[in-house]
Amino acid sequence: MIVAARIFFVGGLTSFRALFYWLTPWIYIPTMLVAPIFQILLFAYIGRSAHLRSDEFYLIGNALQYASIPCLFAMSQSIGGERFQETLSAILVSPAARFPLFFGRSLPVVLNGALVAAFSLGVGSLILGVHLPAGSLAPLALVILIAAFSCTGLGLINAAVSLRIRENAVLSNVIFGFLLIFTGANVPLDALPGWMSTAAQGMPFTHAIAAARKLAAGAGLGDVAGLVGAEILVGAIYAVAGFALLRWFEVQSRRYATLERS
Amino acid sequence: MSSVRLVAVSWLLQFKMIMRSPFDGFGNVIYPLFFATVAFLVFRAGDSPRTLIYASFGAAVMGMWSSVSTSAGSAMQRERWWGTLELLVAAPRHFSLILLPSTLGLATVGIYNLAATLLWGRFLFGVHLTIAHPLLFALAIVGTVVSFGGLGFLFAVSFVRFRAAWVLGNFFEYPVWLICGFLVPIAFLPGWVHPISWALAPTWGMNAIRESALGGSPLPDLGACLGLGLGYVTLGVLVTDRVLRAARLRGTLSLT
Repeated sequence: MIVAARIFFVGGLTSFRALFYWLTPWIYIPTMLVAPIFQILLFAYIGRSAHLRSDEFYLIGNALQYASIPCLFAMSQSIGGERFQETLSAILVSPAARFPLFFGRSLPVVLNGALVAAFSLGVGSLILGVHLPAGSLAPLALVILIAAFSCTGLGLINAAVSLRIRENAVLSNVIFGFLLIFTGANVPLDALPGWMSTAAQGMPFTHAIAAARKLAAGAGLGDVAGLVGAEILVGAIYAVAGFALLRWFEVQSRRYATLERS
Repeated sequence: MSSVRLVAVSWLLQFKMIMRSPFDGFGNVIYPLFFATVAFLVFRAGDSPRTLIYASFGAAVMGMWSSVSTSAGSAMQRERWWGTLELLVAAPRHFSLILLPSTLGLATVGIYNLAATLLWGRFLFGVHLTIAHPLLFALAIVGTVVSFGGLGFLFAVSFVRFRAAWVLGNFFEYPVWLICGFLVPIAFLPGWVHPISWALAPTWGMNAIRESALGGSPLPDLGACLGLGLGYVTLGVLVTDRVLRAARLRGTLSLT
């Protein structure tokens, strides 16, 4: 039990620090702290130009959705990066339990994703002059954390795929793009074609963004419990699927000697 | 004449390499399409007098800029990773003549971006485009590509001392989309932003493309776009000399 806990916490943090290449301030600040502010401003001004929704709509949507960048890229680097460092075989030949091994790497990713979204929401609200009620801040923080968890679940699938493909950055950007369109971050779900709004129900952020908008409008946490529950369920399904995919690729890699294929 | 040949041959070589790169040739082309899709959906759902045609041209030039900004910043960095930077710097031709074709190649991929976005708007969102001045439209695109290449060249040489140069290139993607009038009229932005917009060639390139397509007078905008592009290249050459001299003196060209 103690060994599993060490693998989960210590191993996870060590891997995150070693393999998430963006932790240097030269990369982290422009990519994680400044870029989301510009994304928020871009869509807030597009919204003003198109006469569609308020600044608050775009602020919340984009602040939360931008958590997908750290969640997708960090997750793939924290696991897929082992292959490029040529340490993957040493990891997988070890007797360490796979559950703490893989999920331990996702905990720092969740926390970092939540930090990025919370920072974007705070700074974005100051720049755009959007007032968030004091009473909504704690529930918003919880929803942001759940949104980061949900997207990290998808990140686990991304990480598994990165054991097989070379250009994971392209795949991560593509997933980011789909989340930008489908989750209601910028386009209200009722303005999307029916099949898109239906597909959005199974994607990370969709329910969290809706919940965050309601909280900012004065709703209580109990009022959005259904949305929060749905977001957790979506994240859990992705996390389980990601873990299963990692295990399957591990078995396949052993069977066909494709572990280090690049 | 030999300099023109060098630029032309290098441009072709770089263009071929870019088109075979999954990130530059595929990722950088489809990534802006996601933003274009959001823009189309937002403008279609809104009740603005600005039409989908306005958004269509803006989104198309967004894609052109993306292909330059995300990769030009790291153009020298890539040569460093490949181990060819020292050889290129030591070559008898001025280093600018070798680097400029690289960023021009990235800007040329932007034409593919532009066409892809316009076709995306046509077939998925039913945006019917009629080009009022086809010849001027073609000239506006070429002028915009050249000025984008010039700005990318300035980025490439300015960021050479940074190991994470690619980040700085990415960093300029959103701001230029926002302040150069691609999807949001510059008049919507705070007054202090306007001079910054005017100093950026993408603002004038965007205007030239829209004016030529919609029946206005694009030549003043095209002139401003090309003038700024020439200014970027001149400044880039000066920065190249300074940066390479400093790197030689300190032995820091490889940054290892």
